[in-house]
Amino acid sequence: MSTPQQTIDSLIDQPSVFQQLRLSDWLWAALVIAASVWVFFQYGNVMDEYEIGILALTAPSWIALGWYWKAFRPYTIAVALLSLLGIWLYGGNYANAEQVFGLKFLVSSQSAVMWMSALFVLATVTYFAGLFTNNAFTLKTGSAMTWVALVMGFTGLMVRWYESYLIDPEFGHIPVSNLYEVFILFCIITGLLYMFYEGRYKNRSLGGFVLMVISAAVAFLLWYSYTKGAHEIQPLVPALKSYWMKIHVPANFIGYGAFALAAMTSIAYLLKHRGQQRNANGLLATRLPSLEMLDDITYKAIALGFAFFTIATILGAMWAAEAWGGYWSWDPKETWALIVWLNYAAWLHLRFSKGWRGVPMAWWAIVGLFVTLFAFLGVNMFLSGLHSYGEL
Amino acid sequence: MRNSPSANARLINFLGSMNLAISLLVVVAIASIIGTVLQQNQPYTSYQIKFGPFWFDLFKSLDLYDVYSALWFLAILAFLVVSIATCVGRNTPGIIRELRHFRENVQEKSLRAMKHQKEINSTQNANATQALATRILHAQGFKTRQKAAEDHTVVAGMKGSANHWGYWLTHIGMIVIFLGGLMDSRLPIMIAEWQGNLKPETRNIPASEVPAISQLPDTSFSYRGSVDIPEGSRANIIFQPVRDGYLVQHLPFEVEVKEFRVEHYSTGQPKSFESDLIIHDKTLDAPLETTISVNHPLIHKGVAIYQANFGDGGSELKLRLHSLSNRYASQDIDGKVFRDYTLTSSDQQYKLEINDFRLFNINDMEDSSGKIEKKNVGPSVTFKLRDATGQALEYQNYMNPLSIKGQNYYISGVRATPNEPFRYLHIPVDPKGSMERFMRFLSNIQNTELVKQSALQTTRNSMQQTTVVDPTVEVQIVESMQRLTEQFVTKGSEGIMAEIAAKFPQDKQESAAEAFMKVLNAALREVYKETLKQEGMTAEPTEADWLFFDDSLLAIDKLPAYGSPWLVHMDSFKQIEASGLQITRSPGKDVVYFGSLMLTIGVFLLFYVAHRRIWVWIKPLDNNQAEIVVAGSSNRNQPEFERYFQQLQDVFQQVMKQEVKHVDSPTNH
Ligand code: HEM
Repeated sequence: MSTPQQTIDSLIDQPSVFQQLRLSDWLWAALVIAASVWVFFQYGNVMDEYEIGILALTAPSWIALGWYWKAFRPYTIAVALLSLLGIWLYGGNYANAEQVFGLKFLVSSQSAVMWMSALFVLATVTYFAGLFTNNAFTLKTGSAMTWVALVMGFTGLMVRWYESYLIDPEFGHIPVSNLYEVFILFCIITGLLYMFYEGRYKNRSLGGFVLMVISAAVAFLLWYSYTKGAHEIQPLVPALKSYWMKIHVPANFIGYGAFALAAMTSIAYLLKHRGQQRNANGLLATRLPSLEMLDDITYKAIALGFAFFTIATILGAMWAAEAWGGYWSWDPKETWALIVWLNYAAWLHLRFSKGWRGVPMAWWAIVGLFVTLFAFLGVNMFLSGLHSYGEL
Repeated sequence: MRNSPSANARLINFLGSMNLAISLLVVVAIASIIGTVLQQNQPYTSYQIKFGPFWFDLFKSLDLYDVYSALWFLAILAFLVVSIATCVGRNTPGIIRELRHFRENVQEKSLRAMKHQKEINSTQNANATQALATRILHAQGFKTRQKAAEDHTVVAGMKGSANHWGYWLTHIGMIVIFLGGLMDSRLPIMIAEWQGNLKPETRNIPASEVPAISQLPDTSFSYRGSVDIPEGSRANIIFQPVRDGYLVQHLPFEVEVKEFRVEHYSTGQPKSFESDLIIHDKTLDAPLETTISVNHPLIHKGVAIYQANFGDGGSELKLRLHSLSNRYASQDIDGKVFRDYTLTSSDQQYKLEINDFRLFNINDMEDSSGKIEKKNVGPSVTFKLRDATGQALEYQNYMNPLSIKGQNYYISGVRATPNEPFRYLHIPVDPKGSMERFMRFLSNIQNTELVKQSALQTTRNSMQQTTVVDPTVEVQIVESMQRLTEQFVTKGSEGIMAEIAAKFPQDKQESAAEAFMKVLNAALREVYKETLKQEGMTAEPTEADWLFFDDSLLAIDKLPAYGSPWLVHMDSFKQIEASGLQITRSPGKDVVYFGSLMLTIGVFLLFYVAHRRIWVWIKPLDNNQAEIVVAGSSNRNQPEFERYFQQLQDVFQQVMKQEVKHVDSPTNH
């Protein structure tokens, strides 16, 4: 029996973050810590102190991510298990890539990336099919395919990391060192960001839009690896041999991925807006999420992208200071990073201080993607400078 | 209150306005683009060639070749910073007010007009209700302030002030970054240049000959430049590039490169560059010895020394210049990289400028199965040959023969400008592994007497077969053979074709060419046989010998376009490497990093912390109960706040309807 006083207390008192955690949350934390310790003992011998530091910081971030976003847990576990399967199947012999069935057709980095590519494209089509037919099951299938694609992509990167050491221990490096690898990273990060919002807003109708930009990246990836042999694992040039790469590049790609997501939700916004004007009962007006929600996701994605892009640019400057002797050289890549940053800063100001919303901001976010794309790809293709590692 | 704001206030309004800020952001972005599209700080001559005199001058007067140091660009940046500073200055009092004031003096009317508000009946009396409201807000992390009036009480709460700190940190962070950048900027140099105290040197002369007006003392506040130091040498200066020239910056100590190393992967690609350095500094008791490598600089007395690249430090090369003409002799040169040598051929003087030596060359090579693979093809020398008129061709010659489709060749590349790819000459390698046979053959086909003999021999042999002996025809044939051979050596097959085109009508050209080539080939074959005989071969030439012959003809055919009287071959070398160091003093770096930290923290606070206010207006009712109005606002993330407010109002509703007899004092605090 509870007295009124107790009821009031229980109504008023807010549990702290830790009190809110359940057993499953603690299990998740224990698992991540155990895995990190295992990684440390298994691979600590090839890590320098910075990399150990990065590992030590990755663990709590991973725990927090899993607490904040439940779906991240099964995802991580699936990637970990498949990666371990890959490592186990290799058994220390790179030649197994062509001989062992499980590697050749599933988890060698190349096959895994192929699976990812195929599934992303299929998922795009499926999402759109679900949207047009208004079929919840089809949309769900699209989500499932996207999840599997994301698992395969991340597994591909993990196994590639291991493969680089297998080919030659001296080649070994984290696979974020050239255009081929970062395109995979881009697909994964954009996909994960989308899945987060899909879960958060419980709405699957944007899947096709966001996966369109991922499919475009996949097309580039395939073209790039077929025509240029870009998937070959190459040793790092001396300038890239730095722990900075491990944090600078992923931070950058959270930025790029978020900006890409914002552009795609803006396309949906424009379509919805147009649909509402033309025919309030039409397909676009009824099937797409509300304008408020689209606007909200766009803003959140740009804010997230901006925050991480800020960090990435600063980290880039610190790395440049260490590798080239100057934190800012007005090198084309740096300059374009600044341009991207200024562009979104202007966007945020307009939205916040001038209260601009709606169609013009959506257009701006779409143009922003092209500016971003140029910083990410165009600079390597058309301009020369110090950042010429990933030349086409 | 004045009617019109003063000029000052108007200026401040303008500078701190959001419209200006956004316009400036966009202008800086666009201005930055120019500098990436137009490659910066190239030699002026290359701009001249690219744009022509009119545009070259126009772009130059706009400083487009060095945008980021241009006065107008710096002015825009400064304007942006002034604008940010004005904005911060103008907003700060407001922010402080916002942070201090709980706004407990609100009117009931304005609360009821808010988007998020709810009227609730409390079963408690006013005092108890107030206590409960305060507890609820505290539990939610709000700070509160109360105000009691005659007919009501207000509990005003707020949280998330960090959001406003975020605004402040973000914008001040940017100002700090800019100031840090300014500390490391070229501004002092620009001012000194403007005053006429400093002038960048544009000539390519040794540092010791650079005049004082292009030199900077070792006390400079900040600098950034580079220097190549050969192994075993030292330097106490760096070159600071300025537009199309450079300044000589003195260092407060001397840097000696004891040894430079390149480590390679198994594929031959470079893995790391390292230099063993000795810092000679008078203020140190003993010289400082250390090793630096890419990504691992040395910082000494605020001066950072980076391994930036590497190059040749004056390697010693033994070159054999095989003459390609009988009119002058072959010769040997003991050369050094970066030195020039004067050479004389029969008709003019040349300058041989040795530019580079490379120990490793990783090239895409086709192996015998046709697969392309990266391979180290060994040492090479790069040099220019400049004729008396100053025209130069650039050559890159490999020391070792390369195997192409199973045949071995000495390779020499030639090009007129750095923008074009090398065109390659393939000299076949003889069974002894040398160029001797090729050179002898080349010399023999320039030997008129020998060619004549061979031509006579060929003609007689063929005439015997046809049994027609006509001395005039014989002389004619021999003469044409001689003439064709000479033409082939001096102008190549293209020269012969040009002559045919000039002499014969269009429809006869093909057959004429065929006949000419047959005659020429017959003569050359005879000369080749003679060459083999001179070599001491008595047996008939083998298939391999004829392959060699074909390759030789291909090479000789290209000689006229090769443009060099000699074929330079590197017989041996002693490599001396130079370590390319980038040396900087940038006192503003830590300031920039500090500003960056402020900016980062600020951005996250701005985006992820919302400043929220909740008011609870409590009005006592006659029945010893109370009526309350809960209202709230947030400056960020409205959808989220809406959800939050919904939850909060539920809490209020449930708590307020509990029947509690004695709650005069708030418990457990
Ligand atoms: C030209 C000078 C600038 C002025 C006058 C200015 C002014 C302002 C003002 C008034 C706000 C609104 C603060 C609030 O809502 O509480 C703001 C927000 C902000 N400013 Fe600036 N700003 C300037 C430059 C910049 C630049 C160059 C950046 C670069 C990133 C920047 C980043 C931000 C951010 C991230 C916000 C927060 C936007 C948001 O809340 O979503 N500002 N700025």
